[in-house]
Amino acid sequence: MTSPTEHLDPALRVEALASLLAERGLIDEATVETFIKTYEQSVGPMNGAKVVARAWTDPEYRARLLADGTAAIGELGFKGPQGEHMVVLENTPAVHHVVVCTLCSCYPWPVLGLPPSWYKDPAYRSRVVREPRRVLAEFGLELDDSVEIRVYDSSSEVRYMVLPERPAGTENASEEELSALVTRDAMVGVARVTAP
Amino acid sequence: MDGIHDMGGMQGFGHVQKLTADPPFAEPWEGKAFVIGALAARISGTNLHAFRHAINRVPPPEYLAGYWNRWTIGAQILMEDSGIVTDEQVRARAARLSGRDVPEPPEPEPHKPEMPSAGAGNLRSLDTPPAFAVGDRVRTADLDPVGHTRLPRYARRRTGTVTAILPSQIFPDTAAHFVGENPQHCYAVEFDSRELWGPDAEPFRLTIDLFEPYLEPAQ
Repeated sequence: MTSPTEHLDPALRVEALASLLAERGLIDEATVETFIKTYEQSVGPMNGAKVVARAWTDPEYRARLLADGTAAIGELGFKGPQGEHMVVLENTPAVHHVVVCTLCSCYPWPVLGLPPSWYKDPAYRSRVVREPRRVLAEFGLELDDSVEIRVYDSSSEVRYMVLPERPAGTENASEEELSALVTRDAMVGVARVTAP
Repeated sequence: MDGIHDMGGMQGFGHVQKLTADPPFAEPWEGKAFVIGALAARISGTNLHAFRHAINRVPPPEYLAGYWNRWTIGAQILMEDSGIVTDEQVRARAARLSGRDVPEPPEPEPHKPEMPSAGAGNLRSLDTPPAFAVGDRVRTADLDPVGHTRLPRYARRRTGTVTAILPSQIFPDTAAHFVGENPQHCYAVEFDSRELWGPDAEPFRLTIDLFEPYLEPAQ
């Protein structure tokens, strides 16, 4: 078993594992490249942003999204690993949702891609279930005391995504323009979407 | 197990990181690490829950030495357990890749676990009805887990309210140890922050997904 006293440089460990697995035909360069390209180029927060922009501009879609997140997100073609069952949480002026995985770093890959550093960091995982208002303020999101905070800890295979509030001043924006405003951080619930 | 991974409510980790729009992989090795972990369950003949449990068993100093570090070591532990690689092999190969001429230890004999699976994914239908309904008050278990569990420490021995019945799923606590998929009903359970952290807690509500075996009716 790996010993805590003998730290191996992780990049070197990866190279060693990859070479051992490759020579036994258990992994190959093409598969590795395909995986990396997929999560660098095709699967990321731009997918979730399309879902949000659609929900902001199409009330019927929004209703379907809140009733059955998996199906409504699937309508836009987004599905796959870490998105087996999606639940969408709607932020309002009165209620603010924020999502975490305290036990690992579960995250809705099909709509948000792979999690950012701050989401995987012990400070976020440990604190947001204990002092969310303080954590959000540290991120720069000051919520009025009247806003109720609801924290979701993703401990099963259900994946949560936040539907942020549409910013004021975007009444004439197109769906495409709106999707360009939506950030990953807003869809986890640690930021607001702001108008340009 | 009550490991370093079970971080909810721990104190001392300092400020949260800045919200940077970092790419998925800061360096090429991280991308390769991701793929090795993503394929580790398949290569080792195991499953997602066993992979998570392997990451939870990464020694705390290594666990805290970066996400892709713990992810890679977790993948290695998972493959060690199935006799795909040994730590000695990995270290010898790492030394050789660094230009040191060390002997390569022998390959292990693979011994993958045998656990029947009802199919792809984690959602399973159940014939039995759920024991709890939306609105029910439930009390969480007083666990002393020797193995894998998805009931975090901070949510044990607490009373909350069922707010949704979620899809029934493979039970991580048994699947991670290859005892069986053992699907269970799963619930969104909401807790008042004061129930979790005492009377001086920030006011908020916390929802966590909990499997039926973790729950009993609240008195």
